[in-house]
Amino acid sequence: MAKMQTPVHAQHETDHATLGLYISGFLLSLLFTLTAFGLVEEHVHSGHTVFSHQFLIGATVVLALAQFFAQIYFFLHLGRETKPRWKLLVLFFMVLVVLIVVIGSIWIMYNLNYRMTPDQINQYMINQNGGI
Amino acid sequence: MSEVALGIQEEEREADVKTTFGFWVYIMTDCVLFASLFATYAVLHRNTFGGPSSNELFSLPYALAETLVLLTSSFTCGLAVLAAQRRNKNLVLACFAITALLGLTFLGLELHEFRDFVLQGDSWRRSGFLSSFFTLVGTHGLHITSGLIWMAVMIAQIQRRGLTRGTLRRLNLLSMFWHFLDVVWIFIFTIVYLQGVL
Repeated sequence: MAKMQTPVHAQHETDHATLGLYISGFLLSLLFTLTAFGLVEEHVHSGHTVFSHQFLIGATVVLALAQFFAQIYFFLHLGRETKPRWKLLVLFFMVLVVLIVVIGSIWIMYNLNYRMTPDQINQYMINQNGGI
Repeated sequence: MSEVALGIQEEEREADVKTTFGFWVYIMTDCVLFASLFATYAVLHRNTFGGPSSNELFSLPYALAETLVLLTSSFTCGLAVLAAQRRNKNLVLACFAITALLGLTFLGLELHEFRDFVLQGDSWRRSGFLSSFFTLVGTHGLHITSGLIWMAVMIAQIQRRGLTRGTLRRLNLLSMFWHFLDVVWIFIFTIVYLQGVL
């Protein structure tokens, strides 16, 4: 019987969740959301002078990622999975695909925008659609 | 005899683990769908074609209210899972009812925002920016809608059949789906709304 056990057996369901986990996840998410909102609201009310643009874009992305990890851990219970960590593996693959799609699209479109003059774009659209 | 019973239990648990994993893979592919919509939005969000730009259009407190409603619903959905583990049927139903109400509130807020934009003449036909905005946020809204339908079915099933192995498994999948929608919304709130008004 023991020999028939496949690695899947070692993986338990997420049935060990506790109230404490959900409360910590909720409070952390609340904290990250309100911080991000507060920073941006302060900036807008002060007439866009308090923080630099780059700082705020960086700060909001970091806070979003922090909340992403908090929810993945506390709500979806990832990271509490026993080996083999198939869910984590699929998550990594998803992140890889997402990065390629998002960074690749922005890069290509920015590059096209940079290299083509408005005349070239118009000509391209005329060729493609028979008009603008 | 007990060995056979144990074997069946093991088999059932393995089936549950496989179903959960399969659903997880679906959720991850759905993330790729949202990523492509985010990429489209990132490329198009400055192409306003003379229409309103994102900082003229969006109201941050309104978006924050939507965010808090959805976050709270994600939390109450987690409470439903906890109640299910304790086999407390009425508490499960109560938690799901609250979650569904909060989900409906969120959907109402979102549709109200859409309606205001369309009535101002800023529909998806106005500019590339608005097309990508409506596609991204609308796709999330569609997911929320299907989640709400699923939740209604779930509530009816639990009421009729109680907390059986089958309903418990689907309840766990539904909670995964609902938490996932909240995770996607974090990025919509950050990239579309917060960074939109900068």
